[in-house]
Parts: sequence; structure tokens; C-alpha cells
Amino acid sequence: MTLIGQQVTVELKNDLAITGILVSVDQFLNIKLDDIHVVEEQKYPHMMAVKNCFIRGSVVRYVKLPASAVDTALLQDAARREAQQPTVPAPR
Amino acid sequence: MDNYLQGQIFTTSASLVDSVDRKLLVVLRDGRKLIGVLRSFDQFANLVLQDTIERIYVGDAYGDIPRGIFIIRGENVVLLGEIDLDKEDEVPLRQRPVEEILSAQREEMEARQKREKLRNKLLHDQGFSVDFTETDLY
Repeated sequence: MTLIGQQVTVELKNDLAITGILVSVDQFLNIKLDDIHVVEEQKYPHMMAVKNCFIRGSVVRYVKLPASAVDTALLQDAARREAQQPTVPAPR
Repeated sequence: MDNYLQGQIFTTSASLVDSVDRKLLVVLRDGRKLIGVLRSFDQFANLVLQDTIERIYVGDAYGDIPRGIFIIRGENVVLLGEIDLDKEDEVPLRQRPVEEILSAQREEMEARQKREKLRNKLLHDQGFSVDFTETDLY
């Protein structure tokens, strides 16, 4: 299950909200978006000529996902399975 | 874009490699916008920008200040955007001389401070705490 290729909205801590196609995410929540548009374009004129962007994970407040792309049943199952395990195995 | 699709996990270093030697807009935590050519970066998103200009936006106008070469510490980076060179010409903004933009920016800042001062005074008179300032949102 992956959200890559879905349209997401990333809201930053400076209230800038950017909608775009999710290209990739890493362990710091750094996010790459393609084909972007800014939610309040008039307020942020510097973003008008930008087509894709890299957002540093540390400035992200929210990522809004399309509800249809999230399999909640699968997530709940995974969470229950993890809760049942006595200890989390140490990463190798 | 293929660099992290071929079985590798996505890392900062893999993701920015495609943007090297491209014209980028970098937004910093203090609100400044820099436009330059990305020459190098690392896993913290520390960046090297060449032929950089600082672009100041006020209303529907902007002004450029030539700045030269930057090494930007990653923690100050908010976002990097690749500029669409076709779209760039269609942007409905007008370029103004730097001096004009700087004075417009100063006026805008003073107007905002005045507004905030008035608001804070009103809130304070009603018993609210007004020690919050919007200088660093991060």
C-alpha cells in the first residue's frame, strides 16, 4: 500500500498549504510534490512559477490524505498486531 | 526521479540529485526567498546556491537583490521549488527597482506592526496575554 502518486495537501508551520502529487517521502518526513498549486495563491505570489517542490520535514504541520486512498481496516489490523506483541524486536 | 525507484529507499540525497544545476526557489525560515542554481547538497538539506538573487515580494510587485554564492544550513530551509521557466514569464507580477521595493516593504512592515500593536493593546485591555509575536513560526 502506498500513497505515492496520490494527490495530497501539505500544510506547513507558516500556514502555507500546498496541494500536489506525492512523489516521495523519507524518514524525516521530507516530502517531494509534483504538479503543485498553493491553496491561497494570492497570499503567496512567490509560488506561482513553481512546478514541483521539496519540503523539509521539520516544517510540516499536517499532511492531508485522500480518505479513499487510506485502508483503515488494514491500519487497524496492523496496530492491533503490534499491540499484541510483547516487545518490539530491535532493528538489526 | 529513477534514483530512488530502483529498489532504494528514499533519502534526501537521492531526492535532490535531480535538482542539481537547476534554477531553484528556496524559501527560508525567516521568510526570505532566494533564487539560484543548486550546485550541491547533503542529507540535512544543507545547500550550495550559485548566482543567487534575493527576491522581495510586496503586493503584486517584486524586486531582486544580487547576492552571489550561498551555503545554506539545512535547518533554515522551508522548501525548495523548481521554477517552471515557461510559467515564469506568465506570472502577473511587475518588477520594480530595488529601492522602491525596499521602501514598500518597510511601509508594509510598519503598517503591520502598527496593526499588531493596536490589536495587542485591545486584547491586553480585555485581560488577554499578548506576549506572542509572529517572528518565528517554526
